[in-house]
Amino acid sequence: MATSDKNRTYWRKNLQYLAILLGIWFVTSYLCSIVFVEQLDKIQIGGFPLGFTFAQQASIWIFVVLIFVYAWLMNRLDKKYQNDRDNAENPE
Amino acid sequence: MVGLSFALYIGVALWSKARSTGDFYVAGSNVHPIVNGMATAADWMSAASFISMAGLVSFMGRDGSVYLLGWTGGYVLLALLLAPYLRKFGKYTVPDFVGDRYYSQLARIVAVVCAVFVSFTYVSGQMRGVGIVLSRFLNVNATLGVIIGIGIVFFYAVLGGMKGITYTQVAQYCVLIFAYMVPAIFISILITNNPIPQLGMGAVDDAGINLLDRLNGLNEALGFDRYTDGSKSKIDVFCFTAALMLGTAGLPHVIIRFYTVRKASEARASAGWALLFIALLYTTAPAVAIFARTNLLETVTYEQNGELQDIRYDDAPEWFKNWEKTELIKFNDINEDGKIQYRGSKSETENELEINQDIMVLANPEIAKLPNWIIGLVAAGGLAAALSTAAGLLLVISTAVAHDLLKGCIAPHLTEKQELRAARIAAGVAVCIAGYLGINPPGFVGEVVAFAFGLAASSFFPAIVMGIFTKRMNKDGAVAGMIVGITFTAAYIIFFKFIRKDFDSPEFWLWGISPEGIGTIGMLLNFIVASVVSAFTPQPPDDVQALVEDIRVP
Repeated sequence: MATSDKNRTYWRKNLQYLAILLGIWFVTSYLCSIVFVEQLDKIQIGGFPLGFTFAQQASIWIFVVLIFVYAWLMNRLDKKYQNDRDNAENPE
Repeated sequence: MVGLSFALYIGVALWSKARSTGDFYVAGSNVHPIVNGMATAADWMSAASFISMAGLVSFMGRDGSVYLLGWTGGYVLLALLLAPYLRKFGKYTVPDFVGDRYYSQLARIVAVVCAVFVSFTYVSGQMRGVGIVLSRFLNVNATLGVIIGIGIVFFYAVLGGMKGITYTQVAQYCVLIFAYMVPAIFISILITNNPIPQLGMGAVDDAGINLLDRLNGLNEALGFDRYTDGSKSKIDVFCFTAALMLGTAGLPHVIIRFYTVRKASEARASAGWALLFIALLYTTAPAVAIFARTNLLETVTYEQNGELQDIRYDDAPEWFKNWEKTELIKFNDINEDGKIQYRGSKSETENELEINQDIMVLANPEIAKLPNWIIGLVAAGGLAAALSTAAGLLLVISTAVAHDLLKGCIAPHLTEKQELRAARIAAGVAVCIAGYLGINPPGFVGEVVAFAFGLAASSFFPAIVMGIFTKRMNKDGAVAGMIVGITFTAAYIIFFKFIRKDFDSPEFWLWGISPEGIGTIGMLLNFIVASVVSAFTPQPPDDVQALVEDIRVP
């Protein structure tokens, strides 16, 4: 694979990850915590009304998880990219 | 306790002196991601986060979520859209990136001015926080308190630069999180028998009643809104939260921290650690808010034959009277019946009690009857939060002046040694100005903070994101976008916050969006204008397109 192709594949994969993770980010912080909070509050788990809990607890923890997941996915992608490049430089 | 923490910071600073501009600006770019995460957390969590936030949420109920979400969600944007690419780009600052990517001195200067303005507004609030904590806890005069604070920051920021600041911030994070968690855990045990505050807020008592239901009931009985209900309009909450998130991601003192790690992959991990450390405090705060509110309402009332009664002033607990002396609690017996009537706006009885939001954190140790050393610990924690943020901001100012303005625009032939000296002098001058602002605070600090976030959201954030994600974006588009974004946001805020304060209410706002949330619209305008203008103007030169290509890959 030529370098420019490899770069393009890498970048497209990255944009895919971004779209999925930012989608989750938007749903938890804006839809669950703000727009549909009243509807979710009708569901109660233990002493936690769901909407309120999303707004003041769950979203924040989900943010943390999202970043670590992204870091992990990208490290994997980086490694693959590096391998591809090494293989291209030393064809068998 | 406070003295001990100060000695610790100075010791750390002496051990990590800066020897080059690289050390001074970005700590030599070899900070471990976890260490940087901790430093970022301390950098980010200001005196307001530590002292005021729980109280703010406590009085606002669900509406307080805007701060909790807004000041954490921005890190997702930062980690996914900005930090790794800026780290790959290298160099030292945000204006560096804006100037190089848009091949324009004008863009660089706009970025420098924004960075300095945003940082100064922020830093004066921190210095004020130092003064307040020292005067309330140690009975030191507030002015003297600020001067002590300046002295300490001066010492380690000027001497150690980013390197000194990084390691003192790590120490400060440890002090502040310990100081926040200890009283929170005790008060959680006191009210819910659960040592984990985050779980305690969903506790169910022996009678099978939820803590939140109990609090909602108390709030309603006294004429307040239910705690878990919101009173602000959806669109305003939406925009306000978005503006805080986008502003967070665009604040230069946060972004600059990600230049201190070795490579892009570490910048991603580091953002995760930073948010984890921040989340510890930010998820404890709403729990503390609920405990404190419940405790407050149960202190001023008691139940008799199933009915809620107001307590007599003479029966009020000791902490209540202690804090009355500081005027953070004000009781005015309007109907002269000797009882404390604490009432919300929906009640027919007149309210007799005024409570400052800061008390919810500051008085916690006393309410939970904790020993004296913990009160000292809370003071040390508040100071750590204020000093660490102040130091980070001062560094941005000194870097902007020495590196971006002096070396980047005025005198490009400066040697490294001269530049380092200039940076130290700039930091020194900035500390003194900040101290002055802390002693004589301009009356509009609160308004100006909205400004800082609005500007960061409507200028830096779109400019950087477009610089990375669209190769086609050129100088003309970016500059036009920034100018439109800033002008619109600034005009809206200035109109409602300074010129016509009497119009500052939902019926006059554009689509019901408050000045605090308008940065979101400013950002959208910036994106639209930039896209349109760049479509009709020439492409950026090849070397800039190659630069964009390069920062996208590992």
